[in-house]
Amino acid sequence: MNFDFIYTLELFPILLKYLGVTMQMALLGFVFALIIALCVAVIRVFSVPVLNQVSIVFISFFRGTPLLVQLFLLYYGLPQLMPWLVGMDAFTAAVIGLSLHFSAYMAESIRAAILGVDRSQMEASLSIGMTKLQAMRRIILPQAARVASPSLMNYFIDMIKSTSLAFTLGVAEIMSKAQMEASSSFKFFESFVAVAIVYWLVVVIFTQLQHRLEIHLNRAYIK
Amino acid sequence: MIKVTNLSKKFGDLAVLKGIDFEVKQGEIVVIIGPSGTGKSTLLRCLNYLETPTTGIINIGPVKVDAANASSKSVTQLRQQSSFVFQNYALFANKTALENVAEGLITVWKEPKQQALATSKKILEQVGLGDKINHYPVQLSGGQQQRVGIARAMAAKGEVILFDEPTSALDPEWVDEVLAVMKQLAQGRQTMIVVTHEMQFAREIADKIIFMEQGHIVEQGSAEQMFTAPKSERTRAFLARATK
Ligand SMILES: Nc1ncnc2c1ncn2[C@@H]1O[C@H](COP(=O)(O)OP(=O)(O)OP(=O)(O)O)[C@@H](O)[C@H]1O
Ligand SMILES: [Mg+2]
Repeated sequence: MNFDFIYTLELFPILLKYLGVTMQMALLGFVFALIIALCVAVIRVFSVPVLNQVSIVFISFFRGTPLLVQLFLLYYGLPQLMPWLVGMDAFTAAVIGLSLHFSAYMAESIRAAILGVDRSQMEASLSIGMTKLQAMRRIILPQAARVASPSLMNYFIDMIKSTSLAFTLGVAEIMSKAQMEASSSFKFFESFVAVAIVYWLVVVIFTQLQHRLEIHLNRAYIK
Repeated sequence: MIKVTNLSKKFGDLAVLKGIDFEVKQGEIVVIIGPSGTGKSTLLRCLNYLETPTTGIINIGPVKVDAANASSKSVTQLRQQSSFVFQNYALFANKTALENVAEGLITVWKEPKQQALATSKKILEQVGLGDKINHYPVQLSGGQQQRVGIARAMAAKGEVILFDEPTSALDPEWVDEVLAVMKQLAQGRQTMIVVTHEMQFAREIADKIIFMEQGHIVEQGSAEQMFTAPKSERTRAFLARATK
């Protein structure tokens, strides 16, 4: 076979135009996932009655079913049950689906990180008159963030790649563009190589940022 | 100004404190001594509600909390009346020495940050750490960390500082600098309750010594009286062993 190098090169600028949508989904999804995960983790750590049980079921469901199934349920399934959801656009559905799915995993790693913070840190906070929530916010969570950040960053990178599933809902992101280009030119290999390289580069860039962030978060722990 | 009435604490079936009563006046330095496993730490932790007492009333300054109906709000208020110096320092690992001291002023007492930092810097200078204010806990020696721990407790605006064996985790070389800071506090008539095995130190600084054994207060009295003429045979035996 002959690989059409020029075609691949020419595809990059076209794909990059759609990278914005992909990154918007990933960033929005990650921010919402982080917020949900934090709440769920704190609920689990404090064993808040009722909410704790709800959280356990939530985590079990979103970890126990495939992301693609969750996206289909949300976008094609739920509006049949709840007509007010019919107007929801594919982008919104994808962001909601990604954030729910990843928040379930992230909640567990945040919870583990919180539990890993030495008990004396909570006691010291309480001893000077802080409330438990103040202690969480000022002392425990910042320390847990350092422990959880490598795994949270891995989930973020995973999420960037998982946004490609949004093309099955009809979101115009880079995977859908690559697919379109491929089927009109029949240069499948070239198109998918190009999109793979774009994902790869983005992930490499964020991995670099991850290292910087870890150095920043570790600054209090270096002798 | 501190009054403890009928304080008891059980861990499951194990009764660790069995009806403790005592009072501490403002500016008084009280040292609690007694054999290991007797409940000294548990008593101090109950005063700060780090352990929830099974029964008893704790009154510190204007706040009074009865274990029978302690709301989380009143517990927080009670904790604001005292502060704790831990055996293992328990400094906030994510904060510098200065931030450790300022944390209570900023978060609990809502002081403007600049003012809180200025106050904290002065307190760190008092404990001899003016040149270490931007160090993180891992960058400090044990003695320095414990002095930051004391500075944090001093900044907490409580009526009383509770010390649980503040020097027993320290290498011998760092013990004196911490005791010196505590003596300085005692001279300033800071109300303190100190659990320690340093008998010489206890004798020097204590206005009152409480001897505890197996969850009871066996005897209390002035340092002079306890060391020279204890009433109880058990106190005598303990001190004979401890000061040997
Ligand atoms: N969280 C806990 N759960 C169960 N038992 C506990 C707990 N904390 C303390 N105890 C028990 O309570 C008793 C008193 O312990 P405490 O630490 O108050 O003694 P202490 O007088 O401070 O001893 P030391 O001089 O060795 O520090 C011990 O038998 C201990 O095992
Ligand atoms: Mg003890």
